Amino acid sequence: MALPGEPATRRPWAILAAGLALALFPLLDSPFYLELITKVMILAIFAMSLDLLVGITGLVSLGHAAYFGIGAYVLALRTPRYDPASFWTTLPLAVGLSALAAFLVGIFVVRVKSTYFIMATLAFAQMFYFLFHDTEFGRGSDGITMNFKPAAAIGDLQVFDFGNPRTTYFVALGALALVLGFLRFLLGSPFGRALRGIKANEQRMRSLGFRTYHYKLASFTLAGALAGLAGYLSALQYGYVNPELLSWHQSGNVLLMVILGGPGTFTGAALGAFGFALLQEVFQAATLRWQLLLGATIVLLVLFVPGGLASLRARFRAALVGGPRP
Amino acid sequence: MSQPILATRGLTRRFGGLVAVGDVSLELHKGRLHALLGPNGAGKSTFINLLSGELEPSGGSITLRGEEISRWTPDRRSRAGLGRSYQRTSVFLDLTVHENCRLAAQSRLPRGWNVLQNAYASFSVREATQASLEAAGLPVHDLRLASALSHGERRQLEIAMVLATRPEVLLLDEPLAGMGSEEAIRIIELLRTLAPSHAILLVEHDMDAVFALADVITVMVNGQVLESGPPDQIRQSPAVRRAYLGDEEGHR
Repeated sequence: MALPGEPATRRPWAILAAGLALALFPLLDSPFYLELITKVMILAIFAMSLDLLVGITGLVSLGHAAYFGIGAYVLALRTPRYDPASFWTTLPLAVGLSALAAFLVGIFVVRVKSTYFIMATLAFAQMFYFLFHDTEFGRGSDGITMNFKPAAAIGDLQVFDFGNPRTTYFVALGALALVLGFLRFLLGSPFGRALRGIKANEQRMRSLGFRTYHYKLASFTLAGALAGLAGYLSALQYGYVNPELLSWHQSGNVLLMVILGGPGTFTGAALGAFGFALLQEVFQAATLRWQLLLGATIVLLVLFVPGGLASLRARFRAALVGGPRP
Repeated sequence: MSQPILATRGLTRRFGGLVAVGDVSLELHKGRLHALLGPNGAGKSTFINLLSGELEPSGGSITLRGEEISRWTPDRRSRAGLGRSYQRTSVFLDLTVHENCRLAAQSRLPRGWNVLQNAYASFSVREATQASLEAAGLPVHDLRLASALSHGERRQLEIAMVLATRPEVLLLDEPLAGMGSEEAIRIIELLRTLAPSHAILLVEHDMDAVFALADVITVMVNGQVLESGPPDQIRQSPAVRRAYLGDEEGHR
């Protein structure tokens, strides 16, 4: 039932069906696709974290990969040479430090608007990039290979065995479901509503008494924390990190995923991550100049499907039975 | 004489060489509707922007219950009980009518940070939302997007949103402009009921409404106060007649 003031936008069946399909997918027993989809689910978390900024708060960041990279590097740097790191301590640490970095950057960047915000987020992301690229501490451009996957033990019991790709797959799926659930719940909370108001008209929000700076800073920090979670999972999956994780290409790609999927719904961002990865696979198999094709496809989609992949269902319905077009 | 809720002393705002508001001193009292008249460009909207905090004054002071607030941010002033409406409608176009108002009411929630609660859970917010929509003459569960409203309805929503924040001081910038006559009458009635319990500053071009409602009228010309006093005094003032009321060609 739609609550007063809220059009019925929830699509529990589509989401449940997609979740079920993802849960059953490992039965097909295809190691290549298992790894690919694990990667895409992690990217989906990353894209949803950016959607909180772009689609909900109205802050277009071109430096979101920094927090993804910090999450990944925390695991790499905390993994000892001859022992596995503890999943239980490194995960909160990765999320916490990404949040802290986003908070500190946010103090400066959420003060500025539109183009300046894009430039400021990019500049800070480049700083983090070079922090890992050019320092002893970050081990330079070669990155870090971890000798061990993290261990998730409670007493003597290994809860997750990350040596098994299926475990990583299901942990990524679980994280995706939790993050999606959390973000959609957040949308219905007073905090989420205020963020939407800020996106729609920040000046009016201020004149209504909202401390919009605090709200934007909180949103930026939360988005950084969730990007850090995605980065951590990515490092866990591949056992390897390098500074390219923080590069502006990566920030650009995740922004494209959000735009491709349609900003503002979270499921759209997740869909965008899948669509982006699918196009990438298809074009990579077909030609060496796959990036050209990918770029052209995204331009066409943005031109002709402005609401992104998330709007396709409503478009089909409008075409078939009539009704409002998105 | 009672203590004013909001008062300005020598309030001035310059834009380069232009003095948009020059040395304006004015008091708003609870239970009094104070109208601000003046031709276009007289500095009325600039004055409201100074009071609401959207512009910083170049000089002078603004006090709220005796406290200097001229360096406060607009959100802080709003939380302290100042509510303003905009001359150019400034509603959230891609939100529903109900959500526009609910969001305004939510600004009074002590824990706006709460992410573990549903936005509709608060009784006080629901109540304030309904009351303000009703007062402004809009349907209580209006699920149309604000962008789908007519111009006049948006004006009503604009006022409903201000009321939903339950302000003590109302700064209304041409609330009746663009409204149909029926709605205008409704809003005039509303202002009449609000007047005893609020301090109201009303900028309005509708002379009939102003003279029917106002307890005090201040006339501004070129950023300066020309004359200030009860409606009868303003009506009979030769200076006002010359500068404003008699100048039929000067404005529509």
